[in-house]
Amino acid sequence: MAGVDDEQGGVKAPSDIAAEAEAAPDLTAAAVEVIPPEILAQSLRQYLRAWFTRVRSGDAGVLPVVAALVAVTIVFQIVSPNHIYLSPGNLVNLFDQSAVFIVLGMGEIFVLLLGEIDLSIGYVAAIGGILAGEFVQPDINWPWWAAIAAALLACAGIGALHGIIITRLRLPSFVVTLAGNLFWFGVMIIILGPAGGVAITSTIQENQKVLSGIVYAYIDPVISWIGLLVIVALLGGSMWLRDTGRRRSGLVAPPVGLTLAKVAFIAVAGIAVVAICNINRGQYLPIIGVPWVVPLVLVVLGVSMVLLEHMQFGRHMYAVGGNPEAARRAGVGVTAIRTWAFVLCSLTAGIAGIIYCSQLGGITTNINGGQYVLYAVAAAVIGGTSLIGGRGRAIHGLLGGLVIGAIYNGLYLLGLQIQWQLIATGLVLLAAVTIDALSRRGATGGSLVRV
Amino acid sequence: MDMTTPEGGPAGGAPGSEGRVLVDPPAGTEPLLRLRGISKHFGAVQALFDVDLDLPAGQVTALCGDNGAGKSVLTKTIAGIHQPDKGEMYWEGRLVHIHSPKDSASLGIETVYQDLALADNLDIVQNMFLGRERLNRLFLNEDSMERAAAETLASLHVTTVRSIRQPVATLSGGQRQAVAVAKAVMWNSKLVMLDEPTAALGVAQTRMVLDLVKRLKDHGLAVMVISHNLNDVFEVADRVAVLHLGRMVAQDRISAFDRESVVDFMTSGRSSRQVATSGSSQGRN
Repeated sequence: MAGVDDEQGGVKAPSDIAAEAEAAPDLTAAAVEVIPPEILAQSLRQYLRAWFTRVRSGDAGVLPVVAALVAVTIVFQIVSPNHIYLSPGNLVNLFDQSAVFIVLGMGEIFVLLLGEIDLSIGYVAAIGGILAGEFVQPDINWPWWAAIAAALLACAGIGALHGIIITRLRLPSFVVTLAGNLFWFGVMIIILGPAGGVAITSTIQENQKVLSGIVYAYIDPVISWIGLLVIVALLGGSMWLRDTGRRRSGLVAPPVGLTLAKVAFIAVAGIAVVAICNINRGQYLPIIGVPWVVPLVLVVLGVSMVLLEHMQFGRHMYAVGGNPEAARRAGVGVTAIRTWAFVLCSLTAGIAGIIYCSQLGGITTNINGGQYVLYAVAAAVIGGTSLIGGRGRAIHGLLGGLVIGAIYNGLYLLGLQIQWQLIATGLVLLAAVTIDALSRRGATGGSLVRV
Repeated sequence: MDMTTPEGGPAGGAPGSEGRVLVDPPAGTEPLLRLRGISKHFGAVQALFDVDLDLPAGQVTALCGDNGAGKSVLTKTIAGIHQPDKGEMYWEGRLVHIHSPKDSASLGIETVYQDLALADNLDIVQNMFLGRERLNRLFLNEDSMERAAAETLASLHVTTVRSIRQPVATLSGGQRQAVAVAKAVMWNSKLVMLDEPTAALGVAQTRMVLDLVKRLKDHGLAVMVISHNLNDVFEVADRVAVLHLGRMVAQDRISAFDRESVVDFMTSGRSSRQVATSGSSQGRN
């Protein structure tokens, strides 16, 4: 009998350490993994203090990407010829260029959340753009909305095919989508045929004008200001009502100051973007207005956020990404969720492809889909999405995509071509993955102590 | 498991039937779940031989046994993951056939596995409602879920968590176990089976989980605790059932055992010790 107790004592020794830590209740959580500050803070001051604690412990949230964006902006503003980087014309150009990276990144996030990866979305996006372009050629001449819908449907079908192969045959997504990358590259060349490209530069055909207008048509300044006002009022109002309502009924809610700060931030960012776009940026003829691609990106962002954060489907995606076994035991249809993630990824990539097609006035076989997929993964990871799964938000695609777009744009202004762009993006990606790994190492270190 | 085996430990004699106990329920108090003659084999391996088990409501039954004794097979059979080859199960006196985990869940049976139950990246509320989210038309009804989760945790006196919106990754082992149990309780379950609930927990956290188990009992639930830890068993159990090489070798109320007799049953399938006033093997529940 004595042997029994001794054995148990020996086994328990490490956990006794944890028990001692437990005895000082306020320290345990901090020692393990820091609780998001908005959950505990009662005031803005407390929030900031908790936030600093969390940053110090290694979980910096969106801080690194925002810092990177600021740093890149300052550097390029200083070194760009005639300090042209922050000129309205270049900033609008930057939004346009970033849009493709942003939307591709938001697509990739759907699969990264599950701990999967999709290496095919570069060429799937290309196929989306090409199909939309082909459907508005004179011989087919579908209305623009039908062309876009058909192209996106085709992309969703490609994603469904990937998802079904991966889940039914139980193959790693890495390999299946790597095969898909080559396969759809080939299919793309077949679709483009001997001409080797598709153009949407007609000035007569209404449907082609709409497609190229995604990037090159601008919203009337008055309408853009009214739109901004409506968006900020609706978004800010609903955030304010939700948070005050929850606070009143004793549910967990961020402090008043934080809610106000968030609404103010959205308003300021929106005003800045609309104001910049409404400054004349034309050299000879006046060019004024917000390009349609800006609200389009915001719609993709909004839909992704609602889907992931406010609907059952998104909740189940996070669960499958965090612990597939727990999700399965809880009755979540893990196979269906994984398949749908690939559908959403390819569908979103199709939107990016249409934006790309609009931006270049068409797509040719020169498109480097293999590079774009790496930019997509980089955008998501730079934004703060984990490659291991379970952690990531649609907003990460926006932030990461802006960083990549900023580097792309800045190096182009300097006359430094593709090679430096690749090197710079590679270094930023490496930095992002390092931050991700370090914060995760912090978390596992904590769990070792905990167990 | 090795840790509860005394030095000379590997099972001594052949698995005799002398120690086997047939417990008939006392008249008038039908146990919540009654198993009779459950057998299960996997290929050539006979995992369970003719096992009887009673799980009365409002009581904690400890299921003990050495590695390979059949504890987890028996638990999975009740949970509907395995189907028995032979034998009957009576739920509230009615003969039932549990073919799937869904069947057992619909009866009110929940199993809590420490590390398999929770998604680390989700918060406490999200975990407790995982797979059964409350919706407000198309959207998640966070307010309603948060209130219900808070009520359940409060009813179980789980008060050590700082916020029910903190990710489960930030919880201690004991708190995680508490959340896993609360998740099971929330769905009007009548029988909760806990697999090694205190394994890998420190002293303070073990205490917290054992208190939680007692509270489940006070709420009128039937609780089955699978445990190697005799300290825990004698702390919390009302009844003890011991499996040895797939046979139920002892089943009685806790007062009919002492530590050494439980160890004897676990390691050799029999015990020569006489404990308390009732005969060691003829006790009634």
